Amino acid sequence: MDRFRMIFQYFQSNSESVMNGICGLLALASVKMYTSFDFSCPCLPLYNMAYGLGIMFIPPIILFLCGLILNRQSLVMLEEWRRPAGPRKKDLAVIRYMCSSIVQRAMVAPVVWIVVTLLDGKCLICAFSGSVDPEKFVGFANVSTAQVQQLLAKVPCKDDELMRNSTSRKAVSRYLRCWSQALGWSVLLILIIAAFLARWLRPCFNQATLLQARHWSNYIDIEQKIFEETCCEHSRLFAHKCILHFFESMQQEIKLHSFILPREGEEAEGEEDLLRGITDQDQVNKLLKTWYCEKPPLDVS
Amino acid sequence: MDKFRMIFQFFQSNQESFMNGICGIMALASTQMYSAFDFNCPCLPHYNLAYGLGILLVPPFILFLLGFVLNNNISMLAEEWRRPQGRRGKDPSVLRYMFCSMAQRAMIAPVVWVSVTLLDGKCITCAFCTSVPVETLGNASHPRLSQGEIQRVLARIPCKEIYNGQQLIANEVAVRYLRCISQALGWCFVLLMTTLAFLVRSLRPCFSQAAFLKSRYWSHYIDIERKLFDETCAEHARSFAKVCIQQFFEGMSTDLVAARCHLPRNAPAGAGEAAEKLLGITDQGTMNMALKSWHRCKPPLHLHPPALPTGNGWAGEGQPPPHPSVPRRQRAAYYSWV
Repeated sequence: MDRFRMIFQYFQSNSESVMNGICGLLALASVKMYTSFDFSCPCLPLYNMAYGLGIMFIPPIILFLCGLILNRQSLVMLEEWRRPAGPRKKDLAVIRYMCSSIVQRAMVAPVVWIVVTLLDGKCLICAFSGSVDPEKFVGFANVSTAQVQQLLAKVPCKDDELMRNSTSRKAVSRYLRCWSQALGWSVLLILIIAAFLARWLRPCFNQATLLQARHWSNYIDIEQKIFEETCCEHSRLFAHKCILHFFESMQQEIKLHSFILPREGEEAEGEEDLLRGITDQDQVNKLLKTWYCEKPPLDVS
Repeated sequence: MDKFRMIFQFFQSNQESFMNGICGIMALASTQMYSAFDFNCPCLPHYNLAYGLGILLVPPFILFLLGFVLNNNISMLAEEWRRPQGRRGKDPSVLRYMFCSMAQRAMIAPVVWVSVTLLDGKCITCAFCTSVPVETLGNASHPRLSQGEIQRVLARIPCKEIYNGQQLIANEVAVRYLRCISQALGWCFVLLMTTLAFLVRSLRPCFSQAAFLKSRYWSHYIDIERKLFDETCAEHARSFAKVCIQQFFEGMSTDLVAARCHLPRNAPAGAGEAAEKLLGITDQGTMNMALKSWHRCKPPLHLHPPALPTGNGWAGEGQPPPHPSVPRRQRAAYYSWV
């Protein structure tokens, strides 16, 4: 428990760390989702491509949107973009910086899904088994064109009776898997090179502007948090005062109606203050009813 | 738990330790990636070589670049390299030290991948199965097959279930042969890397040790300085935001007082602090107006100079405060030392 608390505190220490933490969690979640998803290729001529490509591209879109939703900074950025200018000018560089950092972080989980999908190979085998050239594979070379599509579509299904022990099926499967894995590694390589170049070359262009944009985007985030904390604090005090006024007014009403003379004796006063003159069941019931039916106005001046 | 906390703090203590930690994690991740990766030799004549060598060489390159990308020092190095000279000279030996130390750390995960791959043997078996010496290991007097046919048969060696060349060369013989070569290469590679690391470490003090110590010190200094600057800016932004919001609320309540011509009520003595914390906003309409104004009309990023002459030039561009002065407590301490 202590260990988790420490890790948690480390990530909470500033908002960038929090976002990196969320980004990492989404990436892990996407790997877990893929491994627990039960991929089941339909093995029918036109359905294969739709299913395979659908599984490869729709979950990444969902993960991208989740990454945008879970990131607090996207709301802050939208607010900063849409607010009227007023006495504080708007700085487009700050908004651009925030937008690019949000999008970069949201892209990590979809990319992880796509790479894992390609390295695993099932999606591509399912989608493109019908597009393979049958002449290359012995078992499919001498079959009529109408039937060959049907047979090729069944390649992803290992347990189909026709395909169970077919060496040609295994050959096609291997061939497609090899391409899928090559594509996966290539995608990963290109992205890593892009990330490396971006990190290496960024200080060469406008470093001062970047430092300013980063500082002010951090500032806007902190300011929004402090404003919310101040409002919370304020509403707490406001509510406290409002309720105190309510109790006092109830106390006065009860005194007026029941003509209770103020008691002598100072020892009892401390506790009486807490009870605020409401000392029996009927009075409490009346107080609760009034609280529900006639809430006091929002005015403690 | 205490032990874990100590380890965690040790790694956090400076950037180099942190990078060593990341480096170790990446090495472990590379072995994990290798075992999780489903190696799938295509068993076709030209594809085998491309696939086998690709799996041997492309992931290490990716891991090497990843080692650089994850290292925060890379942007520090690029920044230090590209910054204008100004009043602080630039020392190329410091830059060289930073680059070398980053490159050394980034090399560990790729070396681990290559070693594990060679010691496991699948990649080399897949890539070079068509180059197995059939004359020495197999039955070369088998009814003559064309060169292409032989290549196709040999290409299926890694795929036991579709191998049909048992007459030409036994599958186990070929696989054992290739694996033996692969493992020998693997151990030689590990030995070579370890020897290199040993030489680098032991011979370095023999060459310009004083210059090395100097470069190391100043590279640590640049790293610490940058971190402290970021922390100071964050602190400053926090204080700036607090004062800005405070002044916003004060401005709102002063505006309302002026607009409604209220005489300020005498607050009861006991409610002093609570009343002040309410920031002068005591009813729904005022609060709504404050919230609307916060969105529609954010205050400028310009804190009013304090009423007291603290003498800091921070906000002092000589402008008089636009609102009537409200008695302030000593808040100048927040920003006067920056």
